[in-house]
Amino acid sequence: MIEFRHVSKIFAGVPAVSDLNLECKTGAFSVLIGTSGSGKSTTLKMINRLVEHDEGTILFAGEEIRSLPVLELRRRMGYAIQSIGLFPHWTVAQNIATVLQLQKWSKAKITARIDELMALLGLDPALRDRYPHQLSGGQQQRVGVARALAADPEVLLMDEPFGALDPVTRGALQQEMIRIHRLLGRTIVLVTHDIDEALQLADHLVLMDNGAIVQQGTPLEMLTRPANDFVKDFFGRSELGVRLLSLHQVKAWVRTNEKPLPGEPLSEELTLREALSAFVARQSDVLPVATADGVPYGTLHFSDLLTTEIARERHS
Amino acid sequence: MLLLVILALAATALPFVNYAPNRLVSGESRALWQLWPNQALIGLIVPAGLLLLSFLPRRAPLIATLMVAQGAFWLLIWCAGRAATDLAQTGSQLARTSPGSGWWLWLALSLLACSEAIRRLTPDPVWRWVLHAQIWWLPVVLLLNGQLDSLSLLKEYGNRQDVFDDALGRHLLLLFSTLIPSLMIGLLIGLWCYRHPARQGPVFAVLNVIQTVPSVALFGLLIAPLAGLVSSFPWLGALGVAGTGMTPALIALILYALLPLVRGVVAGLNQVPADVLESAKGMGMSASQRFWQVRFPLALPILLRSIRVVAVQTVGMAVIAALIGAGGFGALVFQGLLSSALDLVLLGVIPVIALAVVVDALFALGIALLEVKGP
Repeated sequence: MIEFRHVSKIFAGVPAVSDLNLECKTGAFSVLIGTSGSGKSTTLKMINRLVEHDEGTILFAGEEIRSLPVLELRRRMGYAIQSIGLFPHWTVAQNIATVLQLQKWSKAKITARIDELMALLGLDPALRDRYPHQLSGGQQQRVGVARALAADPEVLLMDEPFGALDPVTRGALQQEMIRIHRLLGRTIVLVTHDIDEALQLADHLVLMDNGAIVQQGTPLEMLTRPANDFVKDFFGRSELGVRLLSLHQVKAWVRTNEKPLPGEPLSEELTLREALSAFVARQSDVLPVATADGVPYGTLHFSDLLTTEIARERHS
Repeated sequence: MLLLVILALAATALPFVNYAPNRLVSGESRALWQLWPNQALIGLIVPAGLLLLSFLPRRAPLIATLMVAQGAFWLLIWCAGRAATDLAQTGSQLARTSPGSGWWLWLALSLLACSEAIRRLTPDPVWRWVLHAQIWWLPVVLLLNGQLDSLSLLKEYGNRQDVFDDALGRHLLLLFSTLIPSLMIGLLIGLWCYRHPARQGPVFAVLNVIQTVPSVALFGLLIAPLAGLVSSFPWLGALGVAGTGMTPALIALILYALLPLVRGVVAGLNQVPADVLESAKGMGMSASQRFWQVRFPLALPILLRSIRVVAVQTVGMAVIAALIGAGGFGALVFQGLLSSALDLVLLGVIPVIALAVVVDALFALGIALLEVKGP
């Protein structure tokens, strides 16, 4: 969907991005991660030409982005940023409808689309006529994402969209993004510096440093086969184990052939990292597991986490 | 509040009206108890009531305070008219009755009490505005009814109705022909400065210098070059340009208006958050859409505030423009000053104050309505 070929960007003589080659596949959730100043935000903004690249070519759906009218290009992409940037003088509904208005949709269609998007993002319909300053931070970012998705864009660009939120709200919105990505199958490019967020969301992870890509691949590959010491350090040598566990859910390791145990069951949708925490907190090495609806159906053994996780990766 | 009440008690002792057998001699003062010995006690009851109310908490006493203060205000206006009518019947046709210092103090205090009560009653600017506006309906009715006609101020008005109406027209003309061109010029310069911040320094420096020139001096300074221009280009004279009168007055008033306006435009545009503009751009709004749909509406409240300042400033400054023959209420004021006729001065000053207050209130309403929806 988006392809960078030998792209460079120079700000006042200092290269921000140099000789970048990157492909974000259709339907993939690509996450650009790196420290501040690594060029990840610049890379994202070159896609919708908020930043113009100096060298190389960027293709969007097979076409060089400069061959398309810039306003049309931007309207084909959703854009959500950390500070959200909702229009303070417009209501929630007007904000969501921004691009629809620009594309001159009919009133009835806009109203229907707003309803649909508010339902998709879990926003209470009563919020329609509120102004942004009357919303909580999490609600504002939901409106921001709804606005970016409004015109059913081919690509969704997100620049640290959850950076300013508290951990609980951030977690909820990350879950929401995973759900929306599964539901709509949109191509998403997201920039973040939060490693756990990147591991949780990405199916294509791109680690950048000094304006160049250090390594790209699935989160699992990045953790188990780091290309160099920088990658190892970045993902945290000491936390490598728990980060690996965070990539899988309890249901992948559940044993269903044992008799049910008493006690509060774990949901099968928890990550193994959360399960690990539960093992320690409950001082137990076997815990019951239930489906998302709460029906108990198996057990999770602490020893399985130790023996199988790393070993399976090594063999695969 | 306590202070207000003490002042009010003091004010009761001061003369309520001044009475003079004709407009030339200075009058003798009459206190409230000399006019109506039986009802004078009300001058003590009202402050005492207000004092009591100010110690009671919560809303109900606040509403009562507002009603008492407002009632006192209405009563004052009515009493002044009444006293003048009574005195006129005992004296000659030429007798003049004007409000005394006690009356003015009372008037100011009751208005202050009203406004304090309104301020505590509601934080909503629109409601405050409505409550302030409703104080004035009865005085306006009394004025139009002719109840106040015996007051010397209105007698003076009766004598000079034509001059007054002419002055009002002139003053409004000065106001609008300053506001409209200065708004256009101010917006252009403001935008020009906003696009290139480097220009802001020099532009503001020049405008600041203009602002510091005393107004009389600026009016005077313009006379010579304009007169020179007209004598070398006679067709300018045919257009109505002249060394004295409207032309130099308007030029000076516009120059004074520019600094607050340009500052308002630049400050308004600068406080539009950068992230809002970035997301507007990122969503594919064109430059003109970003300006008209995002920048301009978000800058508008601050811009309106500076237009409000400019409008009030122009109403006041236009008084001085009378010195170079631009007319308006200033002409009445200066005529009154030269002939030591206080009533004539007041006839010029009071409408200017009223005009300034009305202009200010209209802008305040506009801004309040705008901010009901904004952040």
